[in-house]
Amino acid sequence: MMLAAATLAVLVCVVLALARAALGPTVFDRLQAANTIGTCAMLLLALFGFLNGRPEFLDLALTYGLLNIIGVIAVLKFFQQGDLGATGGTENKQ
Amino acid sequence: MSLLIDIASGLCLLAGAFFCLVGAWGLLRMPDFYTRVHAASVLETLGADLILLGLVLQAGFTLVAVKLLLIGLLIFFASPTASHALTRAAMVRGVKPLLARGDPPSKP
Repeated sequence: MMLAAATLAVLVCVVLALARAALGPTVFDRLQAANTIGTCAMLLLALFGFLNGRPEFLDLALTYGLLNIIGVIAVLKFFQQGDLGATGGTENKQ
Repeated sequence: MSLLIDIASGLCLLAGAFFCLVGAWGLLRMPDFYTRVHAASVLETLGADLILLGLVLQAGFTLVAVKLLLIGLLIFFASPTASHALTRAAMVRGVKPLLARGDPPSKP
């Protein structure tokens, strides 16, 4: 019962974050929405495994989390410096 | 004892769902990029970890609980890092906060 309620709530969160990703004026809004959707996907995998009584999807949730953080950092670096292979920190850009 | 654990797990799941909804609603409704990041951080730390805590309480002392704790640890460290990197990149690229954009707020 509570599992179903939490799953529904996380699904609503995905819908709201998708609306922000479609509306967002800057690219950073869309990135934040994508990060939120990734976190919600991890939660959905965990919750859905428990809802079906087969909690074997947790490895998939771990993989989703690792890919999520790496993807967000990579896209951020691209939009911040205009180049994925740029070296050096961000201090010399300011 | 089992009933007590079930009640605690249900309360954690409900609180996590509530904070997830609050964070997503704030992500949609807040007026500014930085406030939106602030609202989404509520979802990504408090909501996610409360839901995972509820699931850990249901799993008991098994391998599933260890995996859930690993996921919680990953979210707990990775999400604030991603939020920090996002706001930093936005500042470097010149996204102004709302108060710095227009007229200065009137003094009370």
